[in-house]
Amino acid sequence: MPEITYISPDGTTTTLDARVGDSVMETAVKNGVTGIVAECGGACACATCHVYVDGAFMDAVGEAGDLEDDMLDGTASERTPHSRLSCQIKMRDDLNGLTVRIAPKQV
Amino acid sequence: MSHESILIVGAGQAGMQIAVTLREDGYEGELTIVGEEPHGPYQRPPLSKAYLAGDADVESLELRSPSFYVERGIVVITDEKVEEISFEGPSADDRGVAVTSTGRELHFTGLALAPGSTPRRLPLPGADFGGVLYLRDLADADELKSRWSTAQNVVVVGGGFIGLEVAAGARKAGKTVTVLEAADRLIARAVSTETSEFFRQAHERRGTSVRLAAQLSQFVGDGDQVTGVQLADGEVIPADIVLVGIGVIARGELAEKLGLEVINGAIVVDEFARTSDHRVVASGDAVLLPHPLGGGTQVRLESVQNAVDQSRIAAASLLGKSERYRAVPWFWSDQADLKLQIAGLSTGYDQTVVRGNPDDEKFSVLYFREGRLIAIDTVNDAPDYMAVRRALGDGQTIDPATAADTSVKLKSLVIDA
Repeated sequence: MPEITYISPDGTTTTLDARVGDSVMETAVKNGVTGIVAECGGACACATCHVYVDGAFMDAVGEAGDLEDDMLDGTASERTPHSRLSCQIKMRDDLNGLTVRIAPKQV
Repeated sequence: MSHESILIVGAGQAGMQIAVTLREDGYEGELTIVGEEPHGPYQRPPLSKAYLAGDADVESLELRSPSFYVERGIVVITDEKVEEISFEGPSADDRGVAVTSTGRELHFTGLALAPGSTPRRLPLPGADFGGVLYLRDLADADELKSRWSTAQNVVVVGGGFIGLEVAAGARKAGKTVTVLEAADRLIARAVSTETSEFFRQAHERRGTSVRLAAQLSQFVGDGDQVTGVQLADGEVIPADIVLVGIGVIARGELAEKLGLEVINGAIVVDEFARTSDHRVVASGDAVLLPHPLGGGTQVRLESVQNAVDQSRIAAASLLGKSERYRAVPWFWSDQADLKLQIAGLSTGYDQTVVRGNPDDEKFSVLYFREGRLIAIDTVNDAPDYMAVRRALGDGQTIDPATAADTSVKLKSLVIDA
């Protein structure tokens, strides 16, 4: 199972095994990583699962789709080139070791 | 108020969120969630969409993993209904007890009700035929799915969100779909005539037959299975499945047993999610609450957003904190490739402004009352939706005279009220 490391705004790191096909958001929320709110449950409808993807994984993760790109314009924390909505990143084996920083403000 | 043992009745999104927030906020006492369904807390929105389409399995619907509850000392009791509940006396220190359908006694010092709602039934002749279905929980969804692959003719009774989502899924699966709506427009309770008319045309374009002002006389069947829906004029629309989505009834039964104020089944709460007995909090679909953006009206909000945000307030109140519920209501509905997003509550609007062209299937409807922005519906236009959600949260507005100008981003038109 590919691993994901989450860095919380307070600096805490949590590393989890992800089910292939689950999103970075789902893996965090189901296991109680705080800071990813994800109110809509992954429908790309709320922009409350904002993360910053570690530079080393930017290419592998790929770019946001059109809807996600629009939603990212409305995030509560500053949008940067590393910003993604974690509900839209599905885990794959080649993303093993993925590291994301959780945006400090989601709502 | 300091609790040793908190009981949450209802294992849906709201009940789960109360438990999660209690632990996040440092509550260390006993914590039990009890729910009637055989499953732990799961997401309902995908039931009419991804789950029905086969794109999501039961595990993916879980709101938290089973180990999450164990690690946090949250006991989740499933498949048991709380049938009796009472406090031993009226004072703040009095304990209470709930008795479930298996006879189990659950003692508590603090109580949260998150009972949710139940689909409104359509009491027509033939209502007991197999294939006349409702959609609220996983069992409903599994029954619908079990009939899905062999059904060709799908009739949806009720042109609201659930009905239209199922209709969209059925059309995508190649079925013959008819939507029967009693009112003269779709989603009439939640959106303006402009949005209603857009959805009528959009569903028709995708091959669904939408019949407004439809009057039903009965379900017709063969043996014990439904075969059609008969209209008042005698016409029978063939149906292998009839999905009835005509709204829900709040489940205030337990609140009534506790002597709490209940209106039409809905549990009345204040802005702190406290019921008329301040020892008891309540949240979610079953609750009648003060409009979160002020104005003095009471509203019932059937949404994930409300289940989550109000439950956080309810948990805070249980721990003796006083946090007011001030969250901007928001909602979404995915129908085929159309993403409807709503921010704010349009109730009481006196003006609408359409931004963009509905024929492009990307537009917004902004709602105003006395010139002030109160809500927006957007179709495939997330930037407009986010702009208004933020504006309402910050107490800002948009001038209706400028709102239709699509040459500038809506975000740039937001002004202080």
